[in-house]
Amino acid sequence: MRGSYTLILGAAMTLCFAAAALVSFIWVPFDVTLVDIPNKLQRPTGQHWLGTDHFGRDLLSMIMVGARTSIAVALIAVGIGILIGVPLGLLAAARKGSWLDEMIMRANDLIFAFPSLVIAILITAIFGAGAVNAIIAIGIFNIPVFARVTRGGALSLWEREFILSARVAGKSGLLISVEHILPNLANLLIVQGTIQFSLGILAEAGLSYVGLGAQPPLPSWGRMLADAQTMVSFAPHLALVPGGAIILTVLGLNMMGDGLRDRLDPKLRGRPV
Amino acid sequence: MLRYSLKRLLSLGISLVVASLVIFAVIEVAPGDPARFMLGINAQPDTVAALRAELGLDVPKVQRYLAWVGGMLSGDFGISYTYRVPVGQMIADRMWVSLPLALMALTLSTVIALPVGLYAANRRGGRGDMAVMGLTQLGIAVPNFWFAMILVVIFAINLRWFSAGGFPGWDAGLLVGLKALTLPAVALALPQAAILSRVMRSALIDILSEDFMRTARAKGLTRQQALWRHGLRNALIPVLTIMGLQFSFLLAGAIIIEQVFFLPGLGRLVFQSISQRDLIVVESVVMLLVFAVIVVNFAVDLAYVAVDPRLRTQL
Repeated sequence: MRGSYTLILGAAMTLCFAAAALVSFIWVPFDVTLVDIPNKLQRPTGQHWLGTDHFGRDLLSMIMVGARTSIAVALIAVGIGILIGVPLGLLAAARKGSWLDEMIMRANDLIFAFPSLVIAILITAIFGAGAVNAIIAIGIFNIPVFARVTRGGALSLWEREFILSARVAGKSGLLISVEHILPNLANLLIVQGTIQFSLGILAEAGLSYVGLGAQPPLPSWGRMLADAQTMVSFAPHLALVPGGAIILTVLGLNMMGDGLRDRLDPKLRGRPV
Repeated sequence: MLRYSLKRLLSLGISLVVASLVIFAVIEVAPGDPARFMLGINAQPDTVAALRAELGLDVPKVQRYLAWVGGMLSGDFGISYTYRVPVGQMIADRMWVSLPLALMALTLSTVIALPVGLYAANRRGGRGDMAVMGLTQLGIAVPNFWFAMILVVIFAINLRWFSAGGFPGWDAGLLVGLKALTLPAVALALPQAAILSRVMRSALIDILSEDFMRTARAKGLTRQQALWRHGLRNALIPVLTIMGLQFSFLLAGAIIIEQVFFLPGLGRLVFQSISQRDLIVVESVVMLLVFAVIVVNFAVDLAYVAVDPRLRTQL
């Protein structure tokens, strides 16, 4: 029961931010590029629900548009990880012990040796800062995660009887991987996807905080925090609002991941993310 | 054991070579000629050519790669394009901030996480456990740089216990230096402690249901005695793995935290070098970070064997 409670609460929190991001495409309370100096640094009021920043921009609107950036970057980065990592993991498991398996796993280890921020630094050193490069940096780091999870899950499935019967029926390794292994890994991948999504939100915030992520005038939660840094002593809401948005989104995703895992795979109940 | 160590050593060597090739190749394709960048857009072609020759940019790539790797092996990281001082010296100066910071954070997160995990595992399903699980869930969700800002507001601006940033240098005294690194280390350590507590808890819970724990209880040990004598050591393997991984996160996380506290560490060096297109510095710092991560993970692999004697016969 506790699992479904966590799942519902987590999903509700996540959906709130996803909805805010979607709504921002058609409507925001105020234009996020609108500078309104007379109303700068306002605490939350009836007009500006979350207050305004040092340019008088509405924080609620910025959070909504920032949610778009955060979610888009993290989601595409997870997509890259799944699209490249899962086939690699399936391939490695199907050819277990071969030089191909060995090569894929060693390449994975190598990517793991580059912390994602270091990859991001390298990429920005070459191509410059921006949302696309943040996606690539976070995405590259997701590839070995999904490859490893897929390989691990697939290896245990390959030992199962229904796979054996598929082999007896004459199906090739590729066909078995796609038709039988992959659908059985869906649960595992959904859970891992949720976790990587939340890590992606944190990573995007970190990158844009140090100026390597989305560039102005596109609002992003990380840069809102960077802007807040020098004013936090007299306008703490500038840090509390974007910080709260990041924490609630990540918390919601992690709770959803925990709940989904309990629901989809009772054997893993109570394990840490 | 010897064979295992040699095999791991070989794979360590291969990883380092491949990593250096990747970093070198990535920096090579970077647009923008450092010599042209240093001299500005009005520089004469022959001046640029002369500087390229001086910086060693005109020799073939293979030769440059070998010179770079060979130099690093002998402690010579080259000369900074911007500051005209040895890169090795710049890195060494900054390292004295980043390394103590990462080590302080690692120590702090371990000191917090192990007792917390032990406490939660001992009270599995109880209120204490639920509170720990809730708090650690929150800890994982908090971005460390945001937490750092909040720490500054509370402990530096309001309470005035610590300075809000900067580093006076170790010459000012050990305590002064440690004090300057305290808030950054706490900010780095807390999210990591949350993860580590959860790993410790679940590792211990797994162990508590093992047969050997039942045997230990059956021969008359109390639950606590069994946990201390047999449980902890067995729980250390997953904990060590995560600690190894965390070290790389701490080094990388330090890069961001250094920005919050204006600490003159490796992170600030990298960001300055990127903006000045001082690619030789970027190249060497990134290689150093990757080297640290690979070596730490190698050490963790060897530590498994030290912790778990069973692995010695299996390998």
